[in-house]
This record gives sequence, C-alpha cells and structure tokens, in this order.
Amino acid sequence: MLGDYSLGDLGAIFAMQGFAGLILFSVYVLMALGLAVIFGQMGVINMAHGEFMILGAYVTYLCSTFFQTHLPGLFGIYFFVAMILAFLASGALGMIVEWTLIRHLYKRPLDTLLATWGLSLILQQSYRTIFGAREVGVELPSWLIGSVQVTDTIEVPINGLFVMAITTLITVGVGLLMYRSRFGQQVRAVMQNRPMAGAVGIDTEKVDRYTFGLGCGIAGVAGSAFTMIGSTGPTSGQLYIVDTFLIVVFGGAASLLGTIASAFSISQTQSTLEFFLSGSTAKVLTLLAVVGILMVRPQGLFTLKVRR
Amino acid sequence: MAADNEHGPHSALRRKLLMGLASIPAMAMMPRSAFAAAPPTSAVNTTGLAVTDTEVTVGILHSATGTMAISETGSIQAEKLAIAQINEMGGVLGRKIKVIQEDGASDWPTFAEKAKKLLVNDHCAAVMGCWTSASRKAALPVFEQYNGLLYYPTFYEGLEQSKNVIYTGQEATQQILESLNWVTKEKGAKTFFFIGSDYIWPRTSNKIARKHIENVLKTKVVGEEYFPLGHTQFNSVINKIKLTKPDVIFTDVVGGSNVAFYKQLKAAGIDLSKQTLLTISVTEDEIDGIGGDNIAGAYSCMKYFQSLKNANNEKFVAAFHKMWGEKTVIGDVTQAAYLGPFLWKMACEKAGSFDVDKVVAASADIEFKEAPEGYVKIHPNHHLWSKTRVAKALPSGQFEIVYESPALIEPNPFPKGYQ
Repeated sequence: MLGDYSLGDLGAIFAMQGFAGLILFSVYVLMALGLAVIFGQMGVINMAHGEFMILGAYVTYLCSTFFQTHLPGLFGIYFFVAMILAFLASGALGMIVEWTLIRHLYKRPLDTLLATWGLSLILQQSYRTIFGAREVGVELPSWLIGSVQVTDTIEVPINGLFVMAITTLITVGVGLLMYRSRFGQQVRAVMQNRPMAGAVGIDTEKVDRYTFGLGCGIAGVAGSAFTMIGSTGPTSGQLYIVDTFLIVVFGGAASLLGTIASAFSISQTQSTLEFFLSGSTAKVLTLLAVVGILMVRPQGLFTLKVRR
Repeated sequence: MAADNEHGPHSALRRKLLMGLASIPAMAMMPRSAFAAAPPTSAVNTTGLAVTDTEVTVGILHSATGTMAISETGSIQAEKLAIAQINEMGGVLGRKIKVIQEDGASDWPTFAEKAKKLLVNDHCAAVMGCWTSASRKAALPVFEQYNGLLYYPTFYEGLEQSKNVIYTGQEATQQILESLNWVTKEKGAKTFFFIGSDYIWPRTSNKIARKHIENVLKTKVVGEEYFPLGHTQFNSVINKIKLTKPDVIFTDVVGGSNVAFYKQLKAAGIDLSKQTLLTISVTEDEIDGIGGDNIAGAYSCMKYFQSLKNANNEKFVAAFHKMWGEKTVIGDVTQAAYLGPFLWKMACEKAGSFDVDKVVAASADIEFKEAPEGYVKIHPNHHLWSKTRVAKALPSGQFEIVYESPALIEPNPFPKGYQ
C-alpha cells in the first residue's frame, strides 16, 4: 500500500499517525486516571466508572445548551465551566455513592463489583428517563473545531491537542496530590494500614469518601472532554469501561506511573496496528498481547488486588 | 402495560384518545345495525387469536431499554401513532386495536422470549417489532413455529424471506445499488473506501457494494475496514483515508461509533464539502447525536427523509410532532415502522380475516398510497417496492434530497451475482 507515494507524503502520514497515537494515549490516560485512583488506591472495583464519565458528558451538554440560549457571548469559554461543573457533579455523586453504598462493602470486595454494576444499570436508566434514549449532540465552540495546519500535508486536530493538554494537567495534578500533598499522604497511609492510620488520628472514613469522590470527579472531567470525540447517550459509558479496566489492570493497579505506561503501550500498539491492519484485527492482536503479558506478569491482575 | 410507558402522548392527543374511548360505551348503546360493517368474530378469527367483538390485540416488540433504545424509540413512537390513527378511523374489520408492548431490552434472547409470550400467552394477531438483524434472527424461529406475523421495519442485509415476516424497510440491494450508480455518475467516482462496524449487516452490504463496484461499474475499492461495535477511536483509519485519497468514503458504521467517527473526521480536517462521503447508516435520528455541523455535506441513501415533500409526508410529520413533540426527528426506520400497522390493516381487510395464513396470502400486491414515502406495494417476496433517495446532510440536522430513483425499485433479497 505504500508503493505509489512520495517520501514527503509518507513522512506526513507517519507524523500524523504519531499524533494519532499520542491523542489515543491521552484519551486512555484520561479514561483510566479516575479508575486508577479508585481501583488502584482503594481497591474498589467500580463498574459504574463509565456512567460517572457520562454524567460529566451530560453536564457538558446542559452547559452548552444553557450558554447557547442565555449567554451566547461567553459560548467560547463554556467548555471550561462545563469541565469544572462536571468534576463537581460527578465528584458529589461519587461521594454520595461511597457514603450510601461502597463503604458498607469495603470488606466484601467482590460484592462491590456487583453493587457498582447494579449502580451502573440504575444510572443508565436514569439518564434515559431524564435525557431521553436518543443520543444528544454537544455543540463545540468554534475554536475547538478543525485542525492545525503544521505543514502543507500535516494536520493535527485541535480537539486532540486540547485533550492532550487537559490530560497532562490532570495527571500532573493527581500526581502532586497523591505524592506531594498531605491528603495524598493520608490516602496512602490508609491504604497501607487502615487501623494504624486511624490510630495516628487520620479520619479514615473521610479519606475514603474524598478519594472516591476525587476518582469519580476525574471521570466526570474525562466524560466532559470526550464529548468532543465520542457520543453522549445513556449507554455510551459502556464503550469505555472495558478499555479503562484493561489499562488499569495491565499497568498494575496500585501505580499511577504503571497506568501511564500501560496506556502508552496499549495506545501505540493499537494505533500502529490499526494503520497497517484492519480495525477489528488490531483490537484482537492488542488484546492477545495484553493477555500474553498478563500471563507472564500477573501482578496487575485485579483478583489479586482486593482489599483485605 | 399497554400504552403507559415513559413517553406519554401529548395531552391534546391523549384528550382525543380519551374522547374516543369515552364514545365506546355510547356506541354499544346504538342499534345493532350500526355494527353491520363488523363481521362476526367467529368468521374473522378461526385460529384462536385475541380477537373480540370490539377489539383485536397487536404486539409491539422493541427495545425500550438498553443500547438499542436510541434507535428503537422512534419505531415504537411511529407504530403507536399509526395504531392511534387506525383506531380513530374505526379500527380494523370494525375492531379497535389493543396494544401489548413488550421490551426486548437490547438483548437478543429476550426478543425470542417476549415474541413467544406475545404469540402464545397474548395470542397477538400481529406483532410490530425487532430492529437489529440479530434480534430478528433470534425471534424468527418463534414466529415460524407459532405461525405469528411480524412486521419488521429496519433496512437490512437481505438474504432472508419468511412466510411469517413482512419487511417494511429496504433490503440491501434496493438501498445500495442505486446510490452507487448515482455517485458514479454525478461525482465521477472511481475509487471507494469502505468503513463499517463489524457485524453481519455492514459486511453483507459492503460485499454487495463491492460486487457492484467491481463487476458492474468497473471501478475500484481501495480500502475496506471494520471496527468492533462501540469503537470510538478512528484517527488511524482517517490517516489511512488521507493516504489513499479515495473519491468516495462509503460508510456503514452504527451506534455510538458513528458519532465518534464523524466528530473525528471533521476534527482531522476532512471537509465533507470537498470529500464525497456516502453513508447507508445515518438517518435524522443519528444526526441528533452526531451534531449537524459535524456531518453537513455527507450524502445518505435511504428510502425516506423527513424533509421529503409530498402531501402524505406533511400530514405524517405534523401528526408525529403533535403526538411526540415538535423536536422529535423522523428517520427512515421510523417511517418504515409507521407503514406496518397500515399494511396489516389493509391485508386483514382484503382477506376479511385476522387469521395469519389468510392475511399473509392477501398481503402480496397490497398498495399503500398514503405512505409518507409516497407509495409502497408489497412484493410477493414480502419486501416492499420502494424508491431510493440520496440526500445531503444539512447543518440543521435535516437532509436536502438531491436524487430520487425514477421508478420503484423491485426488492431482491437474494440477488444473483452479489453473494
């Protein structure tokens, strides 16, 4: 397939393909960060992660309609407002869920799997009842549409760059919060030894609630960002959940760096294979590779990472 | 269970329906001669269907929950509208239609189970339902075993013909061949790039399209790609398209992937006013989610578009909006679903009976001149004669029709040389 093209053409395609891989990488990191916090740090298998993302997407949708009708002058910046609101909404819902449901199940990790799966069904049906079964379209401000012309032949989508920027920002933020702040210290202390953490005066229940809320909030931001590249419907969250778990599990659940490394390797494999083979085959090969590697290095496998 | 689902009709219509219902006792007090039009139940129902002197039971079987609810909601709405209109006109053979709605829940075995319930427990005279090919394939053995009658609304891949099913959507050759001819003639297209979701309908449709392109049009397919259902990342294939520079991108991507595909295509700088894109999977329903701006300029080929200009359609659109709200859009399948109850009514009246065998026998060559798409006729192979139209997507989310096949196209579910 590469026969008839000039060297310049090929160079341009490889450059764009490189960007495609980087964008996919950012998307994966953004998807997985929230779950890495919840599953990696707390050991909670949150099957409703996708639905928390979609909550963020719906908040973005509501914002876009609100700004369009009431504040058309500020439409250009609504996306930032939407992301903050998405974080707050998903985070708040996450904290409520933690308080009503998850905290009773910390000692029964496999039951959280069922409970959060049930929660995901409930959320899906609520979205369907509130927003309708059809997908909704989110209007983007004009500066987010289109692509940057780097050279004559190389074009990079702006929303891809935007996702990359958001991802970098949030990853650095979460990294600092977890490894440089007092809150992060408390979170890690609670994870390592709950009774001892309690004994030194850490309010472990509060830490749990905020950690879960943080993870859900990040999911909300991710959902908000994905309205640019994906669909927003009651069941759209299901599209992300498998990839998300794959990345977190593959990376080794407890490590933020692992998540990033795994997102990078999976996204690069996927996007390169997709280019040279067909889409379905690429997916099959990527999954096979992941399975193969997990057989040799099962440390990340989530059955081993349950909280005791 | 009947009509009390989440999408209640708007109050004006509800009032009308209630008035209609209220008049039933009044009718009962009328002299016997008023019933002259309605033949006795023993004559119209010899096979134990749920038919009384005043009522006949019809099932609706679609997904009101789950992934497919996005698409199937429109079909449910159209079928309920058609049934309400038929009842307002006096029903079928003097009997009002009573609806029993079941939820297939986007789960194929559930479709089979609920189909059995509708046929065996409820003795429905006919069922309007199924949407994806998978759900139809799951329910088909049930309809054949219990001799039920299914009106299936979706455009689909063909290669099927059952005594117990009337297919009110187009089969693949009706939808595809005409549009390929059009794009070759109008746009001078020489090379095609196929992108589809990875399941039976896109694969079969693309196979038919490829045969037509290679054997009849003598042009070339330069790429053919399939993605798992729910795939959301299309940047790599978009780069591949940029590399191969096809004259036409031919797509049958469905569901959430559809939305992601067009958004990313637009973001990657592929301008649909310059790059011809022909799709067989985007109706007004899908554009709701994709966003009109993201797909403006693409061509879709279907048998029906909401913007179709004729008196039947104007009446249909007005009635639909009155019942389900001004903002509701009407796609191809929604219109096809609307045809089902009417075709059944006419077949029953021609047969003078609700018995499935007699209705099926009477179905061939039934004409529906009030169809919103203009005119349809049932072919003896249980598919419909219909026109094919190509339309350009507008930023508003509606379509502008640019081509209409001059004559009705004969349905050909088993096309020779295309398999």
